[in-house]
Amino acid sequence: MAEHIVPTRVYYTIFAILMLCTYLTVRIAFFDLGPLNVVAALTIAVLKATLVVLFFMHVKYSTKLTWAVVLGSVFWLGILLALTMSDYLTRAWRTYG
Amino acid sequence: MTTALVPARHYLNDGYGIKSWLLTRDHKRIALLYLAGVTFFFFIGGAFAVLIRLELATPVGDLVSDETYNKLFTMHGVMMVFFFLIPAIPSVLGNFLVPIMIGAKDLAFPKLNLASWYIYMLGAAFTTYAIVTGGLDTGWTFYTPFSTVASTSAVIPAALGIFITGFSSILTGLNFIVTIHRMRAPGMTWFRLPLFIWSHYATSLIMVLGTPVLAITILLVAAERVFHFGFFDPAVGGDPVLFQHLFWFYSHPAVYIMILPAMGVISELIAAFCRKPVYGYPFVAFASLAIAVLGFLVWAHHMFVAGISVYAAMIFSILSFLVAIPSAVKVFNWTATMYKGSVSWQTPMLYAIGFIGLFTIGGLTGLFLAAVGLDIHVTDTYFIVAHFHYIMVGGTIMAYLGGLHYWWPKISGRLYNEWLAKVSALVIFVGFNLTFFPQFILGYLGMPRRYHAYPPEFQVLNVLSSAGASILGVGYLLPMMYLTWSLRYGRLASANPWGAVGLEWNTTSPPPTANFAEPPEVTWEAYDYGSPAVVEHV
Repeated sequence: MAEHIVPTRVYYTIFAILMLCTYLTVRIAFFDLGPLNVVAALTIAVLKATLVVLFFMHVKYSTKLTWAVVLGSVFWLGILLALTMSDYLTRAWRTYG
Repeated sequence: MTTALVPARHYLNDGYGIKSWLLTRDHKRIALLYLAGVTFFFFIGGAFAVLIRLELATPVGDLVSDETYNKLFTMHGVMMVFFFLIPAIPSVLGNFLVPIMIGAKDLAFPKLNLASWYIYMLGAAFTTYAIVTGGLDTGWTFYTPFSTVASTSAVIPAALGIFITGFSSILTGLNFIVTIHRMRAPGMTWFRLPLFIWSHYATSLIMVLGTPVLAITILLVAAERVFHFGFFDPAVGGDPVLFQHLFWFYSHPAVYIMILPAMGVISELIAAFCRKPVYGYPFVAFASLAIAVLGFLVWAHHMFVAGISVYAAMIFSILSFLVAIPSAVKVFNWTATMYKGSVSWQTPMLYAIGFIGLFTIGGLTGLFLAAVGLDIHVTDTYFIVAHFHYIMVGGTIMAYLGGLHYWWPKISGRLYNEWLAKVSALVIFVGFNLTFFPQFILGYLGMPRRYHAYPPEFQVLNVLSSAGASILGVGYLLPMMYLTWSLRYGRLASANPWGAVGLEWNTTSPPPTANFAEPPEVTWEAYDYGSPAVVEHV
C-alpha cells in the first residue's frame, strides 16, 4: 500500500494547535466555570486527541478498515461511559440500603 | 484415513537446543512455550486451591490463619484467572491452530507473537515475586479502598504483573485479528472458516477492546496506593464504586475471553465425533460475535449490592439476561448436531459432552444472578463461587483438555493411552461435580465466601466439596502424566487419526515448520462430512 506523504507543514501546524490547546487548558484552569470546568477541559482534550489520531497517526489518510477500527474503539469507550453514567446520573433517584 | 507417519522434517526437529526454542518465531513452538507456562501456573494455582479445601474441611480455622487464608484464595484467583484461564486456550491451542486452520504459514506478526510470550512471563514473574514476598490479600478483584488504603500485602508488584501480562493478551488478540483478516488461504472464505476461528476472532476483539481498560484501572490502583491521588477515595472526591465499574468493564468480558475459545473447541469436537456439519453454522458463528458484544454491556450485575442506582441495576439486569440467548443458540445447535449423528465416544468427545452439561448448569445459574432480587440473596456466597467455577472450570478447562486431547496427535505426533484418558475424563467430571455442586447449596443456605471458618452445620457439604477436590486433583494429574509419557512412548500418529475434516488434518503430524508442504487451496465447505469430495480427501 502506498504511504501517503504528508507535508511537514501540516505536522508543525498540528503541533502548534496542540500547544495552543495545552496553554488554553492551563489558562482555563484558573477560572471557576462551575459545572463547566470539566466540560471545558474534556472538550479541549477530545479535540487534541482527535488531531493526534487524524494526523499524527495518519488515520485521515487510511483505509476504511482503519476507520472502522478507530470508530469501533471510540464506540466502545462510549459504552463504558454511557453505562457507567447510567448509574451515576440516576443515583439520586434511589439506591439500595 | 491418511496413514502418513512422522515426516523426516517437522517443527519439533527443525532446530535443537534451548536457543532454538527461546528465539523461535514459529507459532507452533510459541504455543508450546505457552503450554509450559500455563501448565506451571495452573499447578501453582491448584496448590493454593488444595490448601483452601484442606482448611475448609473443618468448620474452625485450624490449618492457616485468617490472614493467610485471605492470601490463599487471592493468589489462587490471580494465578488461575490471569495466568491460566485467560491465556490457556487462545495462547496454546489458538496459537498452534489459527494459522494452520486458515491455511497460513504463521501468524501475521511472528516476532510480536514471541514478544507476547515474553511479556506474559515477565508479568508472571512480577506476580510470582508478589507471592513469594508475602503474598496478596485483596482478592483477585483488587477492590478499593482495601487495595489502595488498607492492605499491607504486596499489591503493587501483583498489580504490575497483571498490568504487564495484559499487553500479552492485547498483542495476541491483535495478531489473531490481522491474521484472520489477511492470511486466509485461497478459497477459505469467512463462511468456510472453522467455528474455532470465529470464536477466536470474537475473543480477540474482547482482548483488544477490553484489556486496556483493566491495565489503566490497575495502574490507577497502584498510583493511588503510592501517591494517594484519590481516584477512588471518597475523602478527596473519589468513588470506590468507580473502580468496580472500570474493573468489571474488562473482567466480565474476561469471562468470555475464557469461554468463547472453549466454545470454539467444542464446535470442532462435536462436528468431528458426530461426523456432521455443525447445525446452523452461521448462527453459531454470529453467536460468538453477539456474546463478545453483549458481554461488554452487562458488567454491573457484579455490583448490585455495591450501591449502584436501582435504575442502572434494572438496565444491567435486562442486558445480562440477553447474553443467555447466543449462549443458548450454541448449546442447542451442538445438541442438534449430535441428533442422528454418527457419535463416537472417544476422549475428546467425553470432554465435549461434559462441557455442554456443566456449561449449561453454569449458564443457567448465571440467570439467577442476573435477577436483581435473587442476586442480592446469594451475592458473596458460595453460590457465586460454584457458578463461576461451573463456567470457568466446568466450561473452559473441560474444553481446554478436550482440545488438548483432540489435537495432541497433531501437536506431538504421538497418540496417548485412550483408556487412561477416558478414565481421567470421567474422574475429572465426577470430581468437579462433587467439589462444586455442594457449594451451590452452601451458598443458597447463606455460607459466605472468603472466610476460613464457618458454622458447624455446613461441614458435611464442605467435606464433600473437599473430597471432590482431591478427586479432581487426581483427575488433573493423570493427563499431565500420560500426555508427557506419550511424548516418548506413545504410538506414532497419522496425519488424521480421527478422520476429521479441517486443514490441520491435511498436513503431517507434527506439521512442518511452514505448516504445509504446499500452500493449500480450499474447495469445500466447513465440516462438509457428507460431501464425496471431502470424504475422498479425508
